[in-house]
Amino acid sequence: MSEYTEKFDATGLNCPLPILRSKKVLTKMNSGEVLYVISTDSGSVKDFDAFCKQTGNELLESTETDGKYHYYIKKS
Amino acid sequence: MSKKKLALIATKGTLDWAYPPFILASTAAALDYEVQIFFTFYGLQLLKKDMNLKVSPLGNPGMPMPMGMDSWMPNIVTALPGMEAMMSSMMKSKMKSKGVASVAELRDLCLEAEVRLIACQMTVDLFDMQQSEFIDGIDYAGAATFFEFAGESDISLFI
Repeated sequence: MSEYTEKFDATGLNCPLPILRSKKVLTKMNSGEVLYVISTDSGSVKDFDAFCKQTGNELLESTETDGKYHYYIKKS
Repeated sequence: MSKKKLALIATKGTLDWAYPPFILASTAAALDYEVQIFFTFYGLQLLKKDMNLKVSPLGNPGMPMPMGMDSWMPNIVTALPGMEAMMSSMMKSKMKSKGVASVAELRDLCLEAEVRLIACQMTVDLFDMQQSEFIDGIDYAGAATFFEFAGESDISLFI
């Protein structure tokens, strides 16, 4: 469990909402701050990886526990 | 660094086909693309204030239906009155239960992300549609306007 600045719970949301809403939260954050996202969408694993690669934000951690996916994203 | 660009043409006005252009556009915008969608023919329905989009199982053998109806029910039955309305409302409630965004929600996200929406003026005139039927914040133009943006786009798709 890493430290984070903001948390966004995307439980129950399906593609592309977890990405779109996370992006919205990230926009309001400062460079270097960490966003913690929880998702139940299994497709979001590859999507968050791709999102971070393309936007330059850093995916610090991507894990799964009990059908929930946890992402820690450091804003570039 | 200049932004990547995505140019889409949306030509279909059914509930199922409303998703690809709005999902791609909103996601591309989240990935910092500059995005433009050109709506023509039935795609204009996606710009209406009151969308009321429908999906039809008629002539669509690929559409999964409840109780495996798609495998045993003759396609002609899907032409019966009320089938389209029933299937549309079933699809909408299924989408809601699965956490899939509504078309209106995705469209709002596109507008918020400054995706440029353009209605094809020629088809607006062809179908005798009024600008008052459409949402605010859209442009009305023709093919040359599409190419102005598409010509310098990284990705261009016809949907």
